[in-house]
Amino acid sequence: MSTLQLLWFILIAILFSGFFFFEGFDFGVGISTLFVAKDEHEVDQAISAIGPVWDGNEVWLLTAGGAMFASFPFWYASLFSGFYNLFLLILVGLICRGVSFEFRHRALSKKGHDFWQKVLGISSLFIPFLFGMVFTAFIQGMPMDAHGNVTGGFFDYVNLLSIVGGVAVALLSWLHGLNYLSLKVEGPLRERSHRFANKLYFILYVGEVVFAVLLVIFTDFFQKHVLWSSILIVVIVALSVIGHLSSINNKEMTAFISSGLTFIALVALIFQGIFPRVMVADNPANSILIKNASSTVYTLTTMSFVALFILPFVLIYIGWTYYVFRKRIQK
Amino acid sequence: MTIVNLARFQFAMTTIFHFFFVPFSVGMIFMTFLLELIYVITGDEKWKQRTKFFGSIMLLSVAVGVVTGIIQEFQFGMNWSDYSRFVGDIFGAPLAIEALLAFFMESTFIGIWLFGWEKLGKKLHLATIFLTFLGSILSSIWILAANSWMQNPVGYKVVNGRATLTSFSALLTNPQTRLEFGHVGFGFMLTGGFAVAGISAFQMLKKRNPDFFRPVLRLGLLIALIGALANFSFGDQQMIEVKNSQPMKFAAAEGVVTSLKNPAEWALIGFYNTADDQEIFGIKVPYMLSLLTYHSISTKDPDIEGVTELNKELAAKYPKAAKEVGNNFIPPMNTLFWTFRIMAGISALMILLSAVGLFLTRKKSPWLYKSKIGLTVTGWFMYAPFIAITCGWLVTELGRYPWTVYGLFTIQDSVSPNVSVGSLLFSNIVYFLLFCGLGAVMVIYSVNIMRKNDIEAVEVAYAKLDPFSADAFKSSAPDITYKPEDTQEITEDGGKE
Ligand code: HDD
Ligand code: HEM
Ligand code: HEM
Repeated sequence: MSTLQLLWFILIAILFSGFFFFEGFDFGVGISTLFVAKDEHEVDQAISAIGPVWDGNEVWLLTAGGAMFASFPFWYASLFSGFYNLFLLILVGLICRGVSFEFRHRALSKKGHDFWQKVLGISSLFIPFLFGMVFTAFIQGMPMDAHGNVTGGFFDYVNLLSIVGGVAVALLSWLHGLNYLSLKVEGPLRERSHRFANKLYFILYVGEVVFAVLLVIFTDFFQKHVLWSSILIVVIVALSVIGHLSSINNKEMTAFISSGLTFIALVALIFQGIFPRVMVADNPANSILIKNASSTVYTLTTMSFVALFILPFVLIYIGWTYYVFRKRIQK
Repeated sequence: MTIVNLARFQFAMTTIFHFFFVPFSVGMIFMTFLLELIYVITGDEKWKQRTKFFGSIMLLSVAVGVVTGIIQEFQFGMNWSDYSRFVGDIFGAPLAIEALLAFFMESTFIGIWLFGWEKLGKKLHLATIFLTFLGSILSSIWILAANSWMQNPVGYKVVNGRATLTSFSALLTNPQTRLEFGHVGFGFMLTGGFAVAGISAFQMLKKRNPDFFRPVLRLGLLIALIGALANFSFGDQQMIEVKNSQPMKFAAAEGVVTSLKNPAEWALIGFYNTADDQEIFGIKVPYMLSLLTYHSISTKDPDIEGVTELNKELAAKYPKAAKEVGNNFIPPMNTLFWTFRIMAGISALMILLSAVGLFLTRKKSPWLYKSKIGLTVTGWFMYAPFIAITCGWLVTELGRYPWTVYGLFTIQDSVSPNVSVGSLLFSNIVYFLLFCGLGAVMVIYSVNIMRKNDIEAVEVAYAKLDPFSADAFKSSAPDITYKPEDTQEITEDGGKE
């Protein structure tokens, strides 16, 4: 494995982290429109808080996908064809969610308006759930053939761990969204977000413990990388506790950053766990390794320069957006 | 039903859907930018309202355009995994750069534009829609670079059964990319021009504040004319390029069955029996094909080869592929012939219509503004670019048969071997229903914006959920003068809410 390959493996992890950090909270805000916001005005308030940014947040996913295609085509091909049905559902969710923001405002009647609002909320719940399933399914070791094609069926990727994983990611998104709302809105919705978050953290702790136990049973994370797997699990729990305490003490920014970092630690846990593989097969001989899956040195070098050059600009103007819309949203 | 057929159908369906919205979005983003530019220069509030009115329709299209694009990004991995493995080293790069460079820019700045009317200064706000436009253009360049590489592979070497990149600059300077981008880019422009002109024409026809839309109609026609002329010129060059790079595509699109000596005749109408490579019926124009292809009728130009000869040559050149396709390299000839003619025919109509339209809206005698027929034609003609664009892509993509990467990799070899027919059938049905539904909703909502003449749509929608009322309209737009009938129409429609 070359340094370049390692660099791109880390870069893909960073892009997925960006996706969960940013899109995570706007999924969470979407979920909150279902369960936390009390009336029309509060729903509006919640959606206004993510209105200008959610579309840009989604691009982290597209970039992660594109970068994976460019740097590890064998990974991209095996992963997306291997979990075809899950990705299909994710795409359907993203499609419905993507139009719901605009359609909700343009609806001809109250009914239409409410319909698109429900679509927004429900898809915001399902997408992180499904992503959680994909990420916890593909670390378990799927049946694969020697060409890298996943041959597993439905019950290979829908099992206890992947369902717990899905629930955990959806729950974390929700919490992250609640922390964001506490930070971005004013009035009763802010109070209620706090209260919801403070309670939900207890469920998250349970989820994290169950998840850790299942990880030991279903994956080889603790056989291959005991130290790092354990450290990251501890970090995840610690960050949750910090987030919880901050939320209770009204340190909204710290709470938000903690839940974001929890996501990043989760991505780190998964990526270090599969390392040095990119696809884990039930038969170790068929696993795809970083060193075999990547593009050529020439392509990776070119892409490194391109990414290094563009990424700072992207981060600057994303930062600027949050600055422009930094004010809290009134009821 | 095989995986290959289902995957092909799905690709064609999803890209055609995607490409219904892309030209409309980009064209409308461009027009919105122009309208706001005029507002910033003149400081006239009316132009701000025009910007917002057309901006609302643009936003609807972008919403649907974006979600249809998300499928494309992952479809290569899901349905074409062997293709992805073969070309990933080359093809992934433009896709990744597109996302990083263009999608972030587009999505971020359109959000700021939409919510930033009150937060940013006039010029900075104008800059955000410009950057959105720039993002969409960059996006087109990179995705077309990827597509061009499939049409005309350059800067690569095949090592261990996969194509590897040897020159990034060759990928960027592919002559096919320049031509495709010119042709497609001006296609966006003419689509935007005709759309804006058409929407204005409908509004005037229905007497919804005609004075408001008059200057926009004229602006739309002007942009459409510029776009149509430039688009035509690039199309002409593309045909010459295709003659060299993919002679089979050329011969099928021009209906050349057996080789023709110069000066060659051109088929205006033709029907072909592809089973035994024969023309069933045709009407010919002498010399025309040589004129179109070589821009001369000199006999010194090389012969124009027909599909029969080309088929033999290709079978000899690519024995491995010949086995897979049963020695048949001829694409569906009737489809290619007719889609090409529809595209070119619409192109001629566009130039004619926009030029005549501009003439009929000149200050001295603006006949078009008063003519029911004139406005109706202008209105309905805004759908023509979509037909031309779809036909254009069918020529491009079907004409490449049987290759996904011309000369290198066949469609047969490209599909995901492990995806089941059931999954594919299911996803085809789901996407089809979803897209038909979304497209219909988008059109209904756009028509509703037109019906309500919803100039303050952007603000009304995001500030409160109050239904649009004539009063609200008047108080926020005091400087527009209405004829009594207009106001009534608006009240009536507003009342239906
Ligand atoms: C508004 C749309 C529009 C109009 C009026 C035209 N075209 Fe077009 N055409 C397209 C929109 C388009 C397109 C959808 O944008 C395509 C598909 C791929 C591409 O590069 O552009 C295309 C493809 C395309 C191709 C195939 C290129 C290839 O396979 O490499 C040729 C040869 C032409 N066009 C030629 C023409 C000519 C000679 C035209 C006029 C006389 C013309 N087009 C009008
Ligand atoms: C960068 C852009 C594009 C890429 C990379 C691309 C790539 C492909 C691939 C991989 C296939 C499947 C192989 C095949 O059946 O030939 C295909 C087929 C097809 N594409 Fe494209 N395409 C692009 C743009 C478009 C667009 C914009 C349209 C139409 C609006 C389009 C229309 C089609 C059609 C109709 C087919 C089916 C042809 C067939 O069944 O043989 N393509 N393209
Ligand atoms: C088959 C290959 C294609 C892929 C993988 C693809 C991918 C995508 C994706 C993921 C998006 C959504 C981006 C966002 O969230 O902002 C998108 C939108 C867009 N795509 Fe495509 N696309 C394809 C074909 C094309 C072609 C051929 C063009 C232009 C020539 C094009 C131009 C655009 C533009 C301008 C947008 C902005 C959306 C809009 O304004 O409607 N795409 N595409």
